[in-house]
Amino acid sequence: MNPSQRVADIFKRLRRISIRKAIPTIKGLPIIPAVILLVFVICGLFGKWIAPHDPVKINLDDTLIPPFWQEGGSTKYILGTDGMGRDMLSRLIFGANVSLQVGFTVIVFSGFLGTVVALLSGYLGGWVDIILMRVVDIFLSLPAIVFSIALAALMGPSKKNLIFILVLVMWSPYARILRGAVLRIKNDDFVDLAIVAGASKARIMFRHIFPNIFNTLVVLATLQLGQVIIAESSLSYMGLGVPPPEPAWGTMIFDGTKQLLMHWWPATIPGLAIVLVVLSGNLFGDWLRVRLDPKFRQL
Amino acid sequence: MSEIILEARDIKKHFPVTKGILFLKQIGAITAVDGISFTISRGETFGLVGESGCGKTTTARLLLLLETITSGAILFNGKDLTQLSAPELKNYRVSVQAVFQDPYSSLSPRMRTGDIIAEPIIANNALSRKAAKERIAKLIEVVGLRIDGAELYPHEFSGGQRQRIAIARALAPNPSLVILDEPVSALDISIRAQIMNLLHDIQQDLGVAYLLIAHDLSVVKHMSNRIGVMYLGKLVEVAESEEFYSHPLHPYTQALISATLPIHPDDQREKIILPGEVPSPFNPPQACRFHLRCSQAKPICSEQEPLLQEVTSGHQVACHLY
Amino acid sequence: MSSGNILLDVKDLKTYFSTRRGVVKAVDGVSLCLKEREILGLVGESGCGKSITCFSIVRLVPQPAGRIIAGEIIFDGEDLLKKNEREMRAIRGRRISMILQDPLTSLNPLFTIGNQTAEPIIIHRKLGKNTALEKAREMLKLVNIPSPEVRMKEYPHQMSGGMRQRIVGAMVLSCQPQLLIADEPTTSLDVTTQAQFLKLLKDIQQQSNFSMILVTHDFGVIARICDRVAVMYAGKIVESAETRELFNNATHPYTFALMKSLPNMGDRLDKLYTIEGQPPEMHALPPGCSFAPRCPEVKEICKQKYPPLSVLKDGHYVNCWLRT
Repeated sequence: MNPSQRVADIFKRLRRISIRKAIPTIKGLPIIPAVILLVFVICGLFGKWIAPHDPVKINLDDTLIPPFWQEGGSTKYILGTDGMGRDMLSRLIFGANVSLQVGFTVIVFSGFLGTVVALLSGYLGGWVDIILMRVVDIFLSLPAIVFSIALAALMGPSKKNLIFILVLVMWSPYARILRGAVLRIKNDDFVDLAIVAGASKARIMFRHIFPNIFNTLVVLATLQLGQVIIAESSLSYMGLGVPPPEPAWGTMIFDGTKQLLMHWWPATIPGLAIVLVVLSGNLFGDWLRVRLDPKFRQL
Repeated sequence: MSEIILEARDIKKHFPVTKGILFLKQIGAITAVDGISFTISRGETFGLVGESGCGKTTTARLLLLLETITSGAILFNGKDLTQLSAPELKNYRVSVQAVFQDPYSSLSPRMRTGDIIAEPIIANNALSRKAAKERIAKLIEVVGLRIDGAELYPHEFSGGQRQRIAIARALAPNPSLVILDEPVSALDISIRAQIMNLLHDIQQDLGVAYLLIAHDLSVVKHMSNRIGVMYLGKLVEVAESEEFYSHPLHPYTQALISATLPIHPDDQREKIILPGEVPSPFNPPQACRFHLRCSQAKPICSEQEPLLQEVTSGHQVACHLY
Repeated sequence: MSSGNILLDVKDLKTYFSTRRGVVKAVDGVSLCLKEREILGLVGESGCGKSITCFSIVRLVPQPAGRIIAGEIIFDGEDLLKKNEREMRAIRGRRISMILQDPLTSLNPLFTIGNQTAEPIIIHRKLGKNTALEKAREMLKLVNIPSPEVRMKEYPHQMSGGMRQRIVGAMVLSCQPQLLIADEPTTSLDVTTQAQFLKLLKDIQQQSNFSMILVTHDFGVIARICDRVAVMYAGKIVESAETRELFNNATHPYTFALMKSLPNMGDRLDKLYTIEGQPPEMHALPPGCSFAPRCPEVKEICKQKYPPLSVLKDGHYVNCWLRT
């Protein structure tokens, strides 16, 4: 074969490789991301009983022990210890609890707020719609990072404040996207027929329209999980998030950067955890979107 | 004849057409329904036929209070709707139900069948939970669905079965009038007959009146006692079923009947092919709406609008020929 | 009427779809024959396979789910299933054309009528733009579009449904095809527009010598313009005959029941004749005759083996154990 034929042949073979088939799945559910998320949730909920050591107790005798597979490491501290002698694995597990708490709360509140606004705006229309959508526009156009930093600096770092700030920043996309879904459903005959049946406006919004946008809401929420974790970690990294000594992945990274040149694990391991969880959340959300879309659903 | 339960008196629905972005100026109106009057009596089926754009669906929506009339009056059991108190208005809502054309968008995909059927009762707090459950079971039986159907979701049913669910829902609050907007046109032929028989049986047993809106004249003929023809927002002819098909008076009606496809290749019916297209309902001229396509038009037809008048007993027509 | 030469001979066509619930035998051994200048009606309810049969003939079956796995499609002497995509492209639009049900989506909303009507002429007849536009104008006149020069500069959304369908008609006929496949062309049109359109189709067909396959679920359409009819159920043709013969002597229980259940304009009956049960689930067809579960005259053998073809009369074929 001459060179150009060989190149064409390579391209033909590349095209035949299906990436989809390379990711192991059960009925389309990607296994690895699902497992990672499951581990994350378990750690988040039951961390207290799983973690081998106290994540907060400072232990100056055992500082900067590398992970067990490296020279100098031991199985006592599987992932090593940080600059204050605290067990990395335990801190990671407790950090999962923080991320899960913050993530879950933010998603629930912003989802709730966004949904209510979307329903009122989409179904009632008119002035309600105009006013609410302008409010949404304002929040959407806020520069999220600057805004959250400013508010956090103003209000002081605490878990509660963090949740409040993140909800403020993250609720508006829900409202806009769900409003679109509400508008689409509003045109279906069953909404008119519910009016004919005598249902009140409130009943129509919550009993008829809401169940039909629920799928979209769930998918949005799953995809937002990643964003919340990154936001929370970023703010914690800057010292504006969850205050020490409570372990948060972002704070762990910050603490670890000081030792990064000589000791890679205090900063990198929490970073890897964030990447894995966020990626898994996105892949899972993607699968959920396809799975819940009526066009693809097996009837 | 039995008592009149619903009367439409010169009802009009105009959709304003505006120009401009900031300061909207009305430049005209789409006269979807332009002054029609008819009555529906207890237990009868009134068929309303016409082609797309004639206003029959808008008429249905007006009667269902999904749109507000621009002018005219709707009378229910003799009383004008605008004079009704809130509970009386609620009573009207409950007495006039509907079945629409599309069996797929008529049912909420995320509600169980039993809940869908019960909605007119639950939304009005009309019955206790227990009584409602019994009523649903009875209705499911009446419309011929499987007994365990109440727990299932709409997507587990076929098109014809979904239409049965829609009919059950319409019957739940014991209405005196059900508006059927193209109830069978989205269904397969073999299912159409099943549903039409069902509707017939229900009317026999419960005495409910129907306003049947359809474009298929054979369906309308089969089910209706009286038939009205609409063209561009106006009623051009109203007659009893037999009389309608044996002596259609209005040229449009004659064309419509002739255009209905034959049931046998040897069916030699006089074929009237109408020239041109249905004109737009936007700012219509002050004349007979049909005169440009009418083969029997006279000079007066382009100047003056004919009024709907009774020509023989029970047979009204809006045409200068009579 | 037809001249006698066979233009299209489909032999035992099978198009199967792989779905999550199993294999759907959308077209399962369909054989039909179309002569020159003949109009064949393909009638059946939704899901019977009539549309897929047409798409199979022009090899536009949605892939990869659907595949034509067997059969021959002999068009004007050549087997279309043996042709490659480039050869099929030369045939589609030029020698075999299609009109679909919805004229709104058949036309591109972004291009003028003139542009779209001239396009097939430019592509297939290889004429220059101005000549093509002139020919397009002639075609639009042929389908009774008033003031075609004005219309050619307008866009599809400015036209009514009936006009759009006629424009599509002008487009498909501009290259003088030998075969026109029309898939439910009048279903979305009003009653009077439908009558107009069918008359137009028949008139043009008689002037221009093409053959037509007309897919519909409406027996009235068949009665009005078809020469021959084939009735489909669950992927197979159950009966075929000349139109008059079918209406006079429908023998397959399905055909018979279907025709009887139509409300007609004659006497007003209280109850219509109905066919029991539901249309079949295409991924789980019963063994034997697919209509057996709903047949009022079913016998044991119907549930076990599919009935062979019987010839009742010259040109009248049926697949039914009762008539063997």
